[in-house]
Amino acid sequence: MAQYLDMGGYAAFVWPAYAVAAIIMLGIVIASWRDLTRQRGLLAALEGDGARKRAPARSMDHLK
Amino acid sequence: MTPMSDLTSIQRFHALANPARFMALSEKIVAPLAILTFALIATGLYFALFVAPADYQQGETVRIMYIHVPSAWLGMFGYMIMAGASAIALIFRHPLADVCAKSAAPIGAAFAFITLVTGSLWGRPMWGAWWVWDARLTSMLILFFLYLGYIALWATIEEPVRAARAAAVLALVGSINVPIVHYSVVWWNTLHQPASVFRIDGPQIASSMLVPLLIMALGFTCFFVTLLLVRMRAEILRRRVRALRLAKAGA
Repeated sequence: MAQYLDMGGYAAFVWPAYAVAAIIMLGIVIASWRDLTRQRGLLAALEGDGARKRAPARSMDHLK
Repeated sequence: MTPMSDLTSIQRFHALANPARFMALSEKIVAPLAILTFALIATGLYFALFVAPADYQQGETVRIMYIHVPSAWLGMFGYMIMAGASAIALIFRHPLADVCAKSAAPIGAAFAFITLVTGSLWGRPMWGAWWVWDARLTSMLILFFLYLGYIALWATIEEPVRAARAAAVLALVGSINVPIVHYSVVWWNTLHQPASVFRIDGPQIASSMLVPLLIMALGFTCFFVTLLLVRMRAEILRRRVRALRLAKAGA
């Protein structure tokens, strides 16, 4: 196992290369997914707000 | 909406440009594509790290190639997608084209960056230098800067229609660099080795190394497409949010 991880003496080059690729790729996935969920949330809030204003009679909010 | 089956191929192409139809279709395919991406990259990594042999000259550093080469392909592929979508946006005012171009840029930039870093990590033990101002390396660095310039241009112009037009022009002008990156190893006497897969006389690489390389390349391509769809969905929603806010402010 230690021999494998040593990568024939090139461990200091091979593993950082894989690590950088993994970090960048995971990073962009997380950032993109968070952006999508954020925009979804903003849109839902805006549309919910608009729907309440447009149709107050159908809403039960005024009874609370 | 008219069912897709009733449309001609040209109409179908235009129908897919409808953001509502794009949102419905992309929602269905993102999850299966993500699973395929994961499976391909996991298989590719297994082959690249455990099955593929060490190279007789490069030793174990050859394993860096399995991420470096697909990243370089995707870095260039991303720019071609961006430039192609920008041309469609400028000529046909296709509603999804500039959304596609804008969404592709950060993914292409990420792959260009991975290419530069992994290349540097391979170059140090093999060439004895982290960096050389060789035509291939320099043109790849310019490609990365073009991506950054394109992203910065979108960020500096607030109004999406004007930002899209300015960014599209930059993307098209910069596209001249893509063939330069590809042919740099042919046109100039570079330290970087010439192409060994996409050659007229066929791949000059042993199948024990070619198979993992192609699996990784396919995995990275699926990764690119999946992420592009996710980012395009977010961009469409962002524009709806902006439009609703403007409508509210005007009301």
